Amino acid sequence: MDLSYTPEEEAFRADVRDFLSEKLPKALSDKVRDGRALTKDEHEEWHAILNARGWLAGNWPEEHGGTGWNAVQRHIFEEECALAHAPRIVPFGLTMLGPVLQKFGNDAQKAYWLPRILNGDDWWCQGYSEPGAGSDLASVKTRAVRDGDHYIVNGQKTWTTLGQHANMIFCLVRTDPDAKAQEGISFLLVDMESPGVEVRPIVLLDGSAEVNEVWFTDVRVPAENLVGEENKGWTYAKYLLTHERTNIAGVGFSTAALAAVKRIARAEMAGGRPLIENALFAARLARVEIDLMAMATTNLRVISQAAKGQAPGVESSMLKVKGTIIRQEINDLARRAAGPYALPFASEAVDGGNDPIGPAYARPVAAQYFNNRKLSIYGGSNEVQRQIIAKTALGALK
Amino acid sequence: MNFELTEERQMLQDMLRRYLRENYGAEARNKIIESQAGFSAEIWAGLAELGVLGALFTEDQGGFGGAGFDIAIVFEELGRAGVVEPVAETCVLGGQILAAAGRADLVEQVIAGGLHLALAHGEPSSRYDLAQVATTAAAKGDGATLNGRKAVVSNAEAAGHLIVSAREADGLSLFLVPRDAGGVSLQGYPQIGGGRAAEITLDDVDVPKDARLGAPGGALALLEPAVAAGTVAICAETLGAMETALRLTTDYLGTRKQFGRPIGTFQALQHRLADMLIELEQARSIVILAAGHLEAEPALRDRHVSAAKHLIGRVGRMIAEESIQMHGGIAMTQEYELAHIAKRIVMADHRLGDTDHHLERFIALGA
Ligand SMILES: Cc1cc2nc3c(=O)[nH]c(=O)nc-3n(C[C@H](O)[C@H](O)[C@H](O)COP(=O)(O)OP(=O)(O)OC[C@H]3O[C@@H](n4cnc5c(N)ncnc54)[C@H](O)[C@@H]3O)c2cc1C
Repeated sequence: MDLSYTPEEEAFRADVRDFLSEKLPKALSDKVRDGRALTKDEHEEWHAILNARGWLAGNWPEEHGGTGWNAVQRHIFEEECALAHAPRIVPFGLTMLGPVLQKFGNDAQKAYWLPRILNGDDWWCQGYSEPGAGSDLASVKTRAVRDGDHYIVNGQKTWTTLGQHANMIFCLVRTDPDAKAQEGISFLLVDMESPGVEVRPIVLLDGSAEVNEVWFTDVRVPAENLVGEENKGWTYAKYLLTHERTNIAGVGFSTAALAAVKRIARAEMAGGRPLIENALFAARLARVEIDLMAMATTNLRVISQAAKGQAPGVESSMLKVKGTIIRQEINDLARRAAGPYALPFASEAVDGGNDPIGPAYARPVAAQYFNNRKLSIYGGSNEVQRQIIAKTALGALK
Repeated sequence: MNFELTEERQMLQDMLRRYLRENYGAEARNKIIESQAGFSAEIWAGLAELGVLGALFTEDQGGFGGAGFDIAIVFEELGRAGVVEPVAETCVLGGQILAAAGRADLVEQVIAGGLHLALAHGEPSSRYDLAQVATTAAAKGDGATLNGRKAVVSNAEAAGHLIVSAREADGLSLFLVPRDAGGVSLQGYPQIGGGRAAEITLDDVDVPKDARLGAPGGALALLEPAVAAGTVAICAETLGAMETALRLTTDYLGTRKQFGRPIGTFQALQHRLADMLIELEQARSIVILAAGHLEAEPALRDRHVSAAKHLIGRVGRMIAEESIQMHGGIAMTQEYELAHIAKRIVMADHRLGDTDHHLERFIALGA
């Protein structure tokens, strides 16, 4: 048992830190730290900076232009990025679609799409969920019917994150309505500029505009945009979900968020003393910090196994559940800590030209608290994860 | 022992519930929230006409209710419908102070729906502490000059009068200040969960002698009972909102299908719904307990009020979060009714003291 990183890993961490302090634009890290939404251009700016250094695709092998990092290196990189308030890498092309194309795409697809992801030529979004297909993803109804060398697509996707920026969407579509649910699904790449695609925004409860509905009416999609074999899409979809769940524990995000709560609690006064010295608040803070310490170590245990080539199984479900609970608890503490100044609804429109209301740290906390309720809903809800954990322990009981 | 409502209160509850059901649906409410004023003058007039505003004052004060149970019943219904109109600000916090200070003329206007009030007491660094006030009142002739800043003053923009706390030679006092008085400036904004508030700057605001409410140094004597009543109002409102959250969640578990069956058939969700229902009854009881002690002597009253606000904050968070979680993505959308209700519930913890503040106060008032 040795809890320390190797000298090589420490050196890598130092490299990442140097790179971030040199190349991460302050305008971006300030926005991330203050919890403000990034524009499309800002996301693309950060991707380009990483790509120039060869560090954009942390989970891709070198042959496709990735870093070839192992799980420990990826973890170090993600942790340092979160602590430096770097923008999140937009996951749809890089962490989701990329690995699927690398494993199941044909040579032409790999040669065409992968470099475009790295260069930022395409902005991808994920077309899995539908109004009737959430946790029960295999019940997707969006239809794709073969017509010569095209598919004709009809149906509706929903919850499409950042679909308003996207020009491409990867979709689960039903190609065989008569087969068993999982056996009639295909994985199709759709150009969102095609006639018949319509994107409608959904405003979330914190006022943010990050998800959309995407409608398809007789959309013609070239058959060459089918990934792998027809009706085998469920296999690819599940493979993608295991990648969606990398960095699921969000240790770096939680660590950065916890530091932010401490900053607020040092500045806020309660009964004439800094809030951080208040026994009740300090106890809340300490409890979640202890949970985070333990989970960070669980995460490292899983990562160190993964670096040796063992695919994580039920552990990633455990990390998803615990990681989201911890992040949400930290968001709750930030909201509490801000006191009455959590109440003003801050938005660019409201603040434009005016003096900011209350301390800057208070502005995003309530909105973030509400927005991050999504963490336990998407990416396989926490209930679905618990189901997986229990089933693994119990086996198939009759 | 009798937990039945009196006939009058039962009628008040039925009438208000019916009025809000007919006039305050999700669509109407969303329009109101997005409006410039942040509340509806029409609804306000409706509440006045129905006698809802008057029910928050005693007969001596010119109303026909005013007991803890009247406040609880009215606010439970307002909360159930997710009402954002500033009833607590104008009628309970402001109204109770004016009534106790003998301003019957203004109370009459409030009950008729013709006057809004705002309590301008909290300051940028006072958090939930009633005694932390830095705003000053310097004697000037037989009046005073006010200087200072007030923070997150709910309903300030609509208010005809602000009730401003300030320190003078004799201690902390309250002053009635017309919102448009010289030297008063407002920076208004919407609040999460509805309603508007403002940051207020008082820059050499001159007020006459009769602006002082109560005795010099008598602010807390007026504030404490009004804030106790306001806290019961917020607790009851949150209870009503929790009832709506549970109604929506129960309905959704019965209708939303995944894996070919209603999600309410999954035991993992059933047990959590059961826990929420158990906690809702806890919440209902603590509101009854606090309302029933609103007229008790101050220490006993405040111990019950803090017990209620603590429990409501704790249970409210659980019910809001669990309701969202058990709905899945749909509850994350602004359009869906639960989003507003959940925000109302959670943000109530930021009004008049949060869960921890009231737990400490409960401990301090104990034994
Ligand atoms: C902000 C946000 C962004 C998203 N982005 C995307 C995106 O980019 N692309 C995309 O395709 N999707 C996206 N999603 C969709 C997300 O994956 C779904 O919300 C998720 O799969 C849950 O589905 P649902 O919302 O329909 O809830 P439902 O599946 O209807 O679930 C409702 C409740 O029932 C529970 N439940 C369901 N089945 C069971 C069971 N068997 N046992 C116990 N409990 C159960 C759930 O856990 C939940 O609590 C996003 C969602 C959100 C909120």
